[in-house]
Amino acid sequence: MSRTATSAGDARTSVPGVPPRDRPRRRHTGRKLLPYVLLLPALVAELAIHVIPMLVGAWMSLLHLTQFFIRNWTAAPYGGLSNYRVAFDLNGPVGKELVHSFLVTVAVTALVVSCAWLFGITAAVLLERPFRGRSFLRTFFLIPYALPIFTAVITWRFMFQRDTGMVNAVLSDKLHLTHGHPFWLIGDNGFVALVVIGIWRMWPFAFLTLMAGLQSIPTDLHEAAAIDGAGFLRRLRSVTLPLLRPVNRVLLLVLFLWTFNDFNTAYILFDLPPASADVISIHIYNASFITWNFGLGSAMSVLLLLLLLVVTLAYLGTGRLRRRYA
Amino acid sequence: MRESRTLRWVRGIILTLLAIFTALPLYVMVSSSVKPLQDVQGTFTWLPEHVTIRPFIDMWHTVPLGRYFVNSLIVSLSATVCSVAIAILTGYAVSRYRFPGRGSFMTVVLSTQMFPGILFLLPLFLIFVNIDRYTGVQLYGSRLGLIITYLTFALPFSIWLIAGYFDTIPRELDEAARVDGAGPMRTLFRVLLPVAAPGIVAVAIYAFMTAWGEVLFASVLTDESTRTLAVGLRGYANQAQVYWNQVMAASLVISLPVVVGFLALQRFLVHGLTAGAVKS
Repeated sequence: MSRTATSAGDARTSVPGVPPRDRPRRRHTGRKLLPYVLLLPALVAELAIHVIPMLVGAWMSLLHLTQFFIRNWTAAPYGGLSNYRVAFDLNGPVGKELVHSFLVTVAVTALVVSCAWLFGITAAVLLERPFRGRSFLRTFFLIPYALPIFTAVITWRFMFQRDTGMVNAVLSDKLHLTHGHPFWLIGDNGFVALVVIGIWRMWPFAFLTLMAGLQSIPTDLHEAAAIDGAGFLRRLRSVTLPLLRPVNRVLLLVLFLWTFNDFNTAYILFDLPPASADVISIHIYNASFITWNFGLGSAMSVLLLLLLLVVTLAYLGTGRLRRRYA
Repeated sequence: MRESRTLRWVRGIILTLLAIFTALPLYVMVSSSVKPLQDVQGTFTWLPEHVTIRPFIDMWHTVPLGRYFVNSLIVSLSATVCSVAIAILTGYAVSRYRFPGRGSFMTVVLSTQMFPGILFLLPLFLIFVNIDRYTGVQLYGSRLGLIITYLTFALPFSIWLIAGYFDTIPRELDEAARVDGAGPMRTLFRVLLPVAAPGIVAVAIYAFMTAWGEVLFASVLTDESTRTLAVGLRGYANQAQVYWNQVMAASLVISLPVVVGFLALQRFLVHGLTAGAVKS
C-alpha cells in the first residue's frame, strides 16, 4: 500500500492517460505501477479460483485419480491420455453415454436459445412503442431472470409432478391433450420439461438485452422508412434486425454458453436425470462424484472446454470475416 | 405513424400469452404456499379452498431452514462486499489508465465467464481438501471457501459494468480534483464513487444475486453445518413425503428480497447493459 501512498502524493500534477514529460524517474515508475497495484486483488482472485484450478484440472485429467487418492492426489499414478481414450471409446459404456449426453445438450441448447431469442425479440419489438401497461410488462417480464434459479426450478418441479402438478391438471384434465397422467420428470418427457424451464429462464435476458439494443436505434430511421411507405414487417426486416446485429452476436453467444453449461436446472429438477435429460455438465458431475473417478471427470471437462473454445472462436471469427468482406 | 388495428390485436394476444407463461410458476408458488398440506397432495386446484399461513411457520422446522438462511446471508453478503470493493479498484484502473496488458487482462477476466463451472469444480475441491490437510486452513466445508469462490463469480461482469459507469463520468471532474491536490485514490473515493453510487448499488445487487442463487459449488463445497439455501431447499424435495406447500412458502420467502431489489434497480442494470452494448 505504501506504493499507492507515494504515487498518490506524487501524481499531483499528472493527468491519467497523458504521458508525463520532464519528471523525476521515481515518480514516473510510481505512477506507472499504480494501475497494476489496483488490478492485483482481482488478478489474485481470478488466478486462485479460475486459472490455477483449470491448470490443475488439465493435469488431473492425465492421472488415474480415483477415490483412493482424493486426499493425496500427488500419489495418483500417471496415466497419460488413457482417460481421454476411455472418454473417446465409442464402443465402451463411458464413451457411449458421453456422446449421448452431448447430443442431448446440443438439442436442449438449440431449442432453448432459438426460442428464447424469438420470444425476446418479439416482446422487445412489441413493447417498443408506448401503450397502456407497457412499463408494467417491461418490469414483469424480467421476474424469471431475477428469481433465484433454485426457487424457480423447484416450483417447476412441483408443477411437473404427475398427480399433484399443475401441468397435468391443465393438459390432461382440462384440455384432454394427453392420455391419462404422463410422467414429466421420468423418461423421455424429462427433455421437454428441461427445455420449457430453460426457455422460461432465458428469454427475459434476451428480452432485456434486445430492449436495450432497440433503444440505441435512432427513431428517425424508423420514421424515414415509414415515410417511404415501409410497413411494420418491412421496417422490422430492413431497419431493426440489421441494426441489432452487433447486439445479437454477443447475445446469442452468451445464451449459448449459459444454456450449454447449465447445471442447475437438471440438478434441482431431477433426483437423478433420466437419459433424455442427461445434459453434459450434470453427466460429468455424476460421473465424477458417484464413482469418485476425478481423472476421468477432469478429462471430460477439458474436452468440454476445448469444444466451447473452438465453437466460440469459430463464431467470433466468422463474424469478423463477414464484416471484412461485407 | 398510426398503428393498424390488426397490429394492436396481434400485439395484445402475443403479449398476453407471454405474460401467462411468465406468470404461471409465480402464481403456483404464491397460491400453493397458503394451502394446507392435504390440498397440495391431491389434484391441483387453481384457487386455495382453505387459506392458511401454517406453511410459513412449519417450514422452519421440516429442514433447518433458519441455519441455511443465515449461511446464505453471511456467504452472499461477504462475497458481495469483497467483489464490489475489488471491482471498484479494477474498474478505476481499467477506465482511467492506459497501460500495457490492459486489453489482455480484460480478455482473460471476461473469458473466465465462459468456462464451464464443472471444469474447475473438481480441482478446486481437491485443492481445498489438500490445503486443509497441509495447512489446517479449512476451506472445504467452510463458509470462507464459498465466499472466496463466489466473489470471483460476479467479478468479471462487475468490473465491466463499473468500468462502464466510470467511463461515463467526464474526466474534467478528475482533473479538477487533481488541480485541488487530490491524489488518484482520493479522486476515486471522493469524486468518482459518489457520482457512480447508483451504478455500484446495481452491481452489488447483481453480485448478491449471483451468490444467493449459486447451486453447483455449494452442493460440493459445503457440509451439513454450512449448507446454503440453494442446496438446502432441495433437501425438502428429496424427502419421502414432500411438503410442497412449505417448499413453495420457503421459495417465496427466499425469492422476495432478491426480486424486489432487482426490480427496484433494474433501471441501472439496463443502463449498464446498454453502455456495454454500445461499447462493444
